[in-house]
Amino acid sequence: MAVLILAEHDNLSLKPVTLNSVTAAKLVDDEIHILVAGSECKSVADQAASVADVSKIIVADYPVYKDFLAENLAPLIAEVGSGYSHVFATATASAKNIIPRAAALMDVQAVSDISGIVDKDTFERPIYAGSMIATVTSNDAIKVVTVRGTAFDAASGEGGRGTITQISSSFDEASSKFIAEQVVKFDRPELAGAKVVVSGGRALGSAEQFSLIYDFADQLGAAVGASRAAVDAGYAPNDMQVGQTGKIVAPDLYIAIGISGAIQHLAGMKDSKVIVAINKDQEAPIFSVADYGLVGDLFTALPEFEAAL
Amino acid sequence: MKVLVPVKRVVDYNVKVRPKVDGSGPEVNNLKMSINPFCEIAVEEAIRLKEKGLVEEIIAVTIGPQQAQEQLRTALALGVDRAILVLTDILVEPLAVAKCLKELCHRETPDLIILGKQAIDGDNNQTGQMLGALMRYPQGTFASELMIEGNRAIVKREIDGGLQTVSLRLPAIVTSDLRLNEPRYASLPNIMKAKRKPLTTVTPEELGVDVSLRTQLLNVKLPPQRKAGIVVNDVKDLVHKLKNEAKVI
Repeated sequence: MAVLILAEHDNLSLKPVTLNSVTAAKLVDDEIHILVAGSECKSVADQAASVADVSKIIVADYPVYKDFLAENLAPLIAEVGSGYSHVFATATASAKNIIPRAAALMDVQAVSDISGIVDKDTFERPIYAGSMIATVTSNDAIKVVTVRGTAFDAASGEGGRGTITQISSSFDEASSKFIAEQVVKFDRPELAGAKVVVSGGRALGSAEQFSLIYDFADQLGAAVGASRAAVDAGYAPNDMQVGQTGKIVAPDLYIAIGISGAIQHLAGMKDSKVIVAINKDQEAPIFSVADYGLVGDLFTALPEFEAAL
Repeated sequence: MKVLVPVKRVVDYNVKVRPKVDGSGPEVNNLKMSINPFCEIAVEEAIRLKEKGLVEEIIAVTIGPQQAQEQLRTALALGVDRAILVLTDILVEPLAVAKCLKELCHRETPDLIILGKQAIDGDNNQTGQMLGALMRYPQGTFASELMIEGNRAIVKREIDGGLQTVSLRLPAIVTSDLRLNEPRYASLPNIMKAKRKPLTTVTPEELGVDVSLRTQLLNVKLPPQRKAGIVVNDVKDLVHKLKNEAKVI
């Protein structure tokens, strides 16, 4: 038996988060295959074939998979996945949308967002906003699992010599139609996988003043995050939200600016290597996880910080 | 149009939950219980559709113990018309929940099922997608905006990198993200009125659903705790420590 990994991609390139699932897969089996489902996605298949330790790339290249609609991808994954002992995908917004639907078609209780692997049937996963780690054993014949990217190092994307196999499975449920996508493109690193993350909270006070966070992040070459409060207030776009139900990050350096540190926010960043907090309120819970805390006004601290760099 | 809104009884958002002394599971005895916040957003969205005249009836359903009636009464007080309790003392997993909901969809034939995207206890984020699979209904997960246009639901979804809009043929599944709406509070007169609204009970057996567990919880433990950090005097001190002590900049 082998592990099937669902590739995360945009029809042009393989997203690096896929490599974290490869590392996780190696902990349960030596034989690892990657499923590339998309449209005109040959370059993705080629990149997947060079991922170290992956022996086979299964490609379903059809227009119905262009927008990665769960309605069409789930039956494909259920069909292909039935020949495997494990189906893995890194827990991105896209995988969270697709994988449970595939699992239900396979009559499997999926295991979400694993942070550790005990053995091929047993996984660790955070529950209650990461305030506890549960160890669960799956009794289903096939394990369908989403993998927390930050919990496993990325495998090497080079040196592999996987064979590419095209399959002719095109599912079209036709009940769901893609209309549009508004994706904000920044020249900054992506939150998932960034070495340094600078996050801003409600204390920034407005969308205009939130640009201080962007400027500071650019100086550090950092990705930008935000607390739920800052996103709800409209200071930052939704996909910057770090926390229990947003992005999970674990950079080398996480700088929380004007963020009080609700447990839901801490759930998304407390595995960062070094945490810095700047906050006016010395009682703010963010200081309980910060390696370095600075009690003070962010509007005076930030310019000083930038000047000192 | 008829809307089904599944809700889950969970430990209240503001309560810190710890493992049981023997580590066999989370200690939830005697803690304040509430409707899962994402489910509350789902209830609110259904009520807003009804207030716009797009929906005639809203049915709330929960799968849980007798006490879960409290959460159904809360939903009724918020504006739900009637409620169904699928009575079980088992901590039912998402797949089994979806199977119960599938049977209720067959009985009630809703045009729209609005669920929370995840429950804040198990953090699974599965039930809506699984129900979509079992019913072969289209799904608009992590919704931050929902509009009904004829026989379609137009859903704006939160995705990595921004927002995506999909058009779903009804009947459809929608799961709520945080920014779909801000739920209201129940008024006292409505809480009183909710006591007289219909609440029926069925069991998974009556629905013909096997809810036995597919996964086994071996133990629950606290995550590794971070050691306490230090408070620096000023920015100069901070930058010095980040450069020379932590060596991260």
